[in-house]
Amino acid sequence: MNSPKRTIIPFGPQHPVLPEPIHLDLVVEDEKVVEAIPSLGFVHRGLEKLVEKRDFIDFVYVAERICGICSFIHGLTYCIAIEEIMQIQVPARANYLRVIWSELSRLHSHLLWLGLTADAFGFEALFMHTWKLREKILDIIEETTGGRVIFGSSKVGGVRKDITPEKLAEIIFKLDSYAKEIKEITDVFVNDSSVKHRLVGVGILSKQDAYSLGAVGPTLRASGVNIDMRKLGYAAYKEIDFTPVTETSGDSYARCLVRIRELFQSIDIIKQAAAKIQPGELEVKVSGTPNGEFFARTEQPRGEVIYYVKANGTRFLQRLRVRTPTFANIPALVKLLPGCQLADVPVLVLTIDPCISCTER
Amino acid sequence: MKIFVMAAKVLKSLFLKPATLGYPFVPRVYYKNTRGKIAIEIAKCIYCGACQRKCPAQALNVNKAEKNWVINRLRCISCGYCVDVCPKKCLTMENTYSVSATKKEEEVFSGA
Ligand code: SF4
Ligand code: SF4
Repeated sequence: MNSPKRTIIPFGPQHPVLPEPIHLDLVVEDEKVVEAIPSLGFVHRGLEKLVEKRDFIDFVYVAERICGICSFIHGLTYCIAIEEIMQIQVPARANYLRVIWSELSRLHSHLLWLGLTADAFGFEALFMHTWKLREKILDIIEETTGGRVIFGSSKVGGVRKDITPEKLAEIIFKLDSYAKEIKEITDVFVNDSSVKHRLVGVGILSKQDAYSLGAVGPTLRASGVNIDMRKLGYAAYKEIDFTPVTETSGDSYARCLVRIRELFQSIDIIKQAAAKIQPGELEVKVSGTPNGEFFARTEQPRGEVIYYVKANGTRFLQRLRVRTPTFANIPALVKLLPGCQLADVPVLVLTIDPCISCTER
Repeated sequence: MKIFVMAAKVLKSLFLKPATLGYPFVPRVYYKNTRGKIAIEIAKCIYCGACQRKCPAQALNVNKAEKNWVINRLRCISCGYCVDVCPKKCLTMENTYSVSATKKEEEVFSGA
């Protein structure tokens, strides 16, 4: 018997569903994908090398610009790494503010993802409505930090901006009303038959595969593995009571559900942080230079990010290595594509929430 | 039926105002904190060059001999770090964005 004819279809780096360049060579038999071969490196910027030329304090602003969506958490992780090496005790208030901003960043990132996914399966109205909500979160971020997506509010030793108690109360009030709107719109994702038709049972990643391929974040938790870096208790997360959101089916729908539930969890964490935050200092003075190395691990909206920092006692770091969540999720993506229909590829690529600018650094 | 939830929402929004601003008739309101663009009070500047050394984007150029302070607005990433480090507090972050440019020009401020 003849084996069916195989064709290679290039997907990306320019593709309507991809805001950023990643390239996949899709080996297809008829309409079925049998293999996916990724290639990366179209927008590499060499930021890890730049660290040797910029003062370690100034580099926070560069680290934040590794990604335009998880920007705050990139800056935060870098700060945590330096603070650990220099054994700096960050004031409690700063830690709580870091939690609040991290969760706001998760909110806007997940809403962005929901919109993009709706767009990927052609549900334009849902896309617009989701982004309308995201805009309101961006307004809160801009009001408190000065930037819409690049917060610029974390620094080595603390934070640069404060949120007054009145403002915080107002934010909580607003978030309560947005939660209702978010519920309305996410119910469409959860219940709408056309959405389910595109997501349920598509791109299943088993628990074993998710774990052994080193997947992170919602991609991992949707397959039933309960790993969330926030449980390490960095910043003020040790004072916050929450259980990582997990699903068991491991399909696209489960990844969508995890992100939806995390939206409400984020709102809850912001409320807890707002209830516990006490007046106090925003930063401590940093003097001297770092000497030593540290692995900082935090949870971004897309999953775990690792910053490895090695300092040698000068103002310039010797080595910085950033392992971003999308990079960790690409093996999982390559695993879940074979067997799917060609038309499902855009949605599947999106379900790992790819952020290529992170991946390329 | 579940399928009509979205249809109802879409129908409702047909009768609502657009979610976007009717720019330029409705101006965008900036927040007090918004990081827009850098402004300098050149008379106060002592041309120490601290801002130039710290700027992560290398957008600034300070020339002590010629007494000028030059900013490349297209390079500036509006991080506001120069404002923090200036010893004379002559830099401020304005909350409106720079206007679009037609040429890649640097803006030169010179004192005296
Ligand atoms: S840091 Fe301030 S005083 Fe010094 S050169 Fe820059 S603007 Fe002038
Ligand atoms: S705001 Fe940042 S990038 Fe712009 S000139 Fe100041 S330090 Fe440089």
